[in-house]
Amino acid sequence: MGTGDPLGMEGAHTQASGMGGMRTAGDLVARMQMTRRMRLKEAKAYVADKLGCTPRDLSDPSAMEQIRIEKGLGTLPFTSSVRPGEAGMIEAKFNISQVLDIPINSVERFKERVGLASSFAV
Amino acid sequence: MEPRIATRMGDGSLVEMTRSEIKADLEEGTQQSAKRAKVDPLTQDELDHLLDIYASSARFTAVDIGDEVVMSNDGTGTKHIGNRVQDLQTYEQVLGIDIVELWQIDYSYKAIKTNVAHEGQAMKIAQMLCTNPVQYGAMPDLGRYSKPDGPIDNWSELLPLMKVDEARAAQIEACAMLVEDINFVADHMVEAGADGIDMDTTGAAGDADFLAGLTACRMLREKYPFLGIEIGMASEFVLGMHGQLEFDGERLAGMWPKDQLRMVQAAGGSIYGPAVNINTGKSTAWNIARAITIIKPAMEIAEIPVHVNVGMGVGGVPTCVYPPADATSRASKAFVEILKIDGY
Repeated sequence: MGTGDPLGMEGAHTQASGMGGMRTAGDLVARMQMTRRMRLKEAKAYVADKLGCTPRDLSDPSAMEQIRIEKGLGTLPFTSSVRPGEAGMIEAKFNISQVLDIPINSVERFKERVGLASSFAV
Repeated sequence: MEPRIATRMGDGSLVEMTRSEIKADLEEGTQQSAKRAKVDPLTQDELDHLLDIYASSARFTAVDIGDEVVMSNDGTGTKHIGNRVQDLQTYEQVLGIDIVELWQIDYSYKAIKTNVAHEGQAMKIAQMLCTNPVQYGAMPDLGRYSKPDGPIDNWSELLPLMKVDEARAAQIEACAMLVEDINFVADHMVEAGADGIDMDTTGAAGDADFLAGLTACRMLREKYPFLGIEIGMASEFVLGMHGQLEFDGERLAGMWPKDQLRMVQAAGGSIYGPAVNINTGKSTAWNIARAITIIKPAMEIAEIPVHVNVGMGVGGVPTCVYPPADATSRASKAFVEILKIDGY
């Protein structure tokens, strides 16, 4: 959207047309665009297939909350909803890498530095 | 008497126009840009769709449920609330951005080179705390390599003296330095765990700036097949400051979005970001018709995701410090529904 863009503009875009990031599966679809250069329709279809849901579910926070909990893909810690016993942040990315079958650089670096076997050549 | 509708000018000011006036601006915007960019104007159906979006008096508008797109957010955060990693977490968790970006206030690869270890440490911390993809971004910013900011003779001073050969040689020399610096910074960020590298406002200094971005992109793709590489443009048209530079045998000067996209695809980029600047003296309706007309040919051949630049002053969003949500949301809806873009 452009550096120097003031706070507030992003809010309008995310509400008008954004997938919703971690509130939904926006981060997962974004990873397919970045890692496999997939266009939106293909990326949504890929992620939906891996999660066992429909492409429309991917931007539905209600549907995705349950899917993210079931698969350990990370959820948002808010006042009345925290899950310290479940995967979050770097832990969740281990599961995202496995579920989407893509290398995540920080996960591979983590494995390398603590002596875990890598699943991907990066 | 035809009712008047509250709408925006390109500078963000609120004005009232009739539906007929908005319609006329849409038609003028597409005709003017089609002539300038040598592309087809928008179809009547597309203009009618834009008219429905822009002749509405609603405070806010949005795409249909299920049609949402990915938000990559170059320049994530304000730099003035909390620290930089907290900025990324806020955008991830409160705003719902899909790809956040770590960056420093001197948004230039040359400037970052001097403190890259600290930037890498910040990236490592961000990677531990964020679930979202986190990319690192900066401008190629070729002008930084010319005197007095850099070591190379200033081509903007050489050209008025008619020292064309010297000006061209200077740009080529600067281009090589820039490619090295982008690689240097990117290598450190990948080592720190970055998910992607963003070259923002590429081409700001003309064709040599764009060439540096493409060359660095190809080198990074060869080294890091998994890496997200986003190339966002500075404007709709690549200026020929050199004039003869080529990538894969194609002259870069004078390229519009369709050809810019072909080059980014060939270089191995993951995401291409077209930018069409705002005319502040025209309405947002005029500006959105212009932007969509210019970008449409790129969407017809896109093989990689296209994230249109829709920040302040580009892509139909007014040039003002606080872009109004009515104007921003209209631009957001228009690009998704007419061009079927992949993100912002």
